[in-house]
Amino acid sequence: MRSAQAMVRCEIFMSLFAIQILNGLQLGLLMFMVAAGLTLVFGVMDFINLAHGVQYMIGAYLAAVMIAMTGHYVLGLALALIGVLLIGLLLEHVVFRPLYQRSHLDQVLATFGLILFLNQGVKMVFGASPLSVPVPAWFEGAVLLGDGILYPLYRFVIIAAGLIMALLLWLGVEKTRIGMQLRAGASHPDMLSALGVDVRKLFMLIFALGSVLAGFAGALAAPILSVEPGMGDQILILAFVVIVIGGIGSIRGAFAGALLVGLIDTLARSYMVDVLRLFTGAAAARGIANGLSSMFIYILMAVVLFLRPQGLFPARGRS
Amino acid sequence: MMKQRGAMKQWSIRAVQAGLALLAFGIGGAQAQEPLKIGLVSVLSGPQATLGQQVRDGFQLAIKDLGGKIAGRPVEVIVIDDELKPDVAVSKVRGLLEKDKVDFVVGPVFSNILQAIHKPVTDSGAFLISPNAGTSNFAGKACHENFFVTSYQNDQPHEVLGKYAQDKGYKRAYLIAPNYQAGKDSLAGFKRHFTGEIVDEVYAPLGQLDYASELAKIASAKPDVLFVFLPGGMGINFVKQFRQAGLADKLPFLSAFTVDESVLPAQQDAAIGFRSGMSWAPNMNNPQSKAFVQNYEANFNVVPGSYAMQAYDAGQLINAALTATKGSTADKAALRAALKKADFVSLRGKFKFNTNGYPIQDFYVVKVAKRADGKFQTEIEEKVFSDYGDTYAAECPLK
Repeated sequence: MRSAQAMVRCEIFMSLFAIQILNGLQLGLLMFMVAAGLTLVFGVMDFINLAHGVQYMIGAYLAAVMIAMTGHYVLGLALALIGVLLIGLLLEHVVFRPLYQRSHLDQVLATFGLILFLNQGVKMVFGASPLSVPVPAWFEGAVLLGDGILYPLYRFVIIAAGLIMALLLWLGVEKTRIGMQLRAGASHPDMLSALGVDVRKLFMLIFALGSVLAGFAGALAAPILSVEPGMGDQILILAFVVIVIGGIGSIRGAFAGALLVGLIDTLARSYMVDVLRLFTGAAAARGIANGLSSMFIYILMAVVLFLRPQGLFPARGRS
Repeated sequence: MMKQRGAMKQWSIRAVQAGLALLAFGIGGAQAQEPLKIGLVSVLSGPQATLGQQVRDGFQLAIKDLGGKIAGRPVEVIVIDDELKPDVAVSKVRGLLEKDKVDFVVGPVFSNILQAIHKPVTDSGAFLISPNAGTSNFAGKACHENFFVTSYQNDQPHEVLGKYAQDKGYKRAYLIAPNYQAGKDSLAGFKRHFTGEIVDEVYAPLGQLDYASELAKIASAKPDVLFVFLPGGMGINFVKQFRQAGLADKLPFLSAFTVDESVLPAQQDAAIGFRSGMSWAPNMNNPQSKAFVQNYEANFNVVPGSYAMQAYDAGQLINAALTATKGSTADKAALRAALKKADFVSLRGKFKFNTNGYPIQDFYVVKVAKRADGKFQTEIEEKVFSDYGDTYAAECPLK
């Protein structure tokens, strides 16, 4: 009798644990898509783009608008991505190109200004209240995971989309010529231009790729997270943590770092209270757990910076 | 000679008296045409701006419905944006008091702003009328005769759901709120009337957007009822994710400020059937409320929430008080007495003030529904409290 009870409890724990792993993966893959663009831009172009978060936000807003206008999810998403690409190219041409040769501080100031400007702009156009994006019809519903817990199908879709993106990026970077130039640029940017590669076109390509990835992440996240001005700020901070942990300029590092951060953050938030309850009373455990779980990924970043400052999977040539 | 001087003195005294009388009459009469200045403090920027806009629009609609005049005096509403920053609010409110010399300050929306501006306004002799924030300290020991609230004491909407859960016989409740003072007050308010088992009391990080982790724990804990306080963007995400996780059919959803009219346009169908607690709903069945809802929608194209209703009542309150004093703000004691009487027809029907300046009113459980025209609103389901005063009034020394 007691062993049956224990087995049931174990099953409940396992299914909850499985769900938290899935949640961590989903968060991680979303962050990967944002971080990949950021790490490339920072790694190859040595450009600090704080406005990467607003590209995520613009992707979400454009998706909301296009899907509402066309009534069709795939068409709306495609149009939104085209819009993100165009806006990204426009930003690159108008704001970023003059800044490539400037100091990092100038780049930070300019892109921070861009954040403020675009957040306000979005608020002026769409209003302060958040927009609603429905989950596309084919992905509605939930999947039954052990113990009667339902897990939304759409979150599986996000995980799948993230993995496909990661695969495409890996193929592109490892197997194509442009990918080779990209990797070269991440390791030795000066050498690359000395070898006669059109660096300007490469930069534009990297920038466009990064914007589309971030916008795609925003469009994917829109049905589950509210679409509001400033939604990109939080994910930008997380993306920076990811690329510091993973290694700047390395897509492999962004992938590993993102999954690590996603899993650790989710598991910490879920289980910290229970772990602390082993040591102190419930109320105290709750109080400490909240603060501690939010800090966890930053503590991790500090530890990585201390032990291995170049990141876990640095771009070749930067170790 | 003495008589002449005496007569002269008498005449000059009379002249001075007559002059003073004329002057006083002149002042009194002039005040009838002097504009009535009211300062409106609200959050008009940032993610919470929709609440502040409702307060501003509700109040300005009340003034508009009065023809822009109160007791014959033209009304000048000076709107300031507190940006949800207490220091900004205090400096701007000081400007209202010292430069514009307002007689009334209406606001704010958020409790932290209230804590900051309460003293500057009440010390200066102006009246502070809050259309939303109603903290417990100003209801109890720190109550002030110049402070009136047209909304409720902050604990009350949460207490409504606690009582409802208790009356409906739920035994195991799961609670979730953000990790800040209002979140802690909310869950404390719920527990005041609910004596069942609290399965877990979760404080999520403020501003968290993805609740997948919390929802998985809720699903596995299998409580009888869920109580949620997650205002703004947090609530939008939680509601959508709750529905997506398939929990809506299995777990009764009780909440406060999580499914109100400011966030329903973003939540849409995901929130249908979810319950909340309030002293009013847009579908309230009395003529003044129906007229207000129609009027508000015609002007602003959104369904009004409690924020707009309370701000409108604040406008009516000021009108009623000044009508009683015939437009004069000179006699503060008379004006205060007139304000305390609350002699106006509230949009929610019954309304009167407690000794501490907070309302005594009915509270209902409301349910989210979709209207025939496709818009979403909360609708009254059942009354939970009648003539409910707050629990802190006993500590207030005012009579």
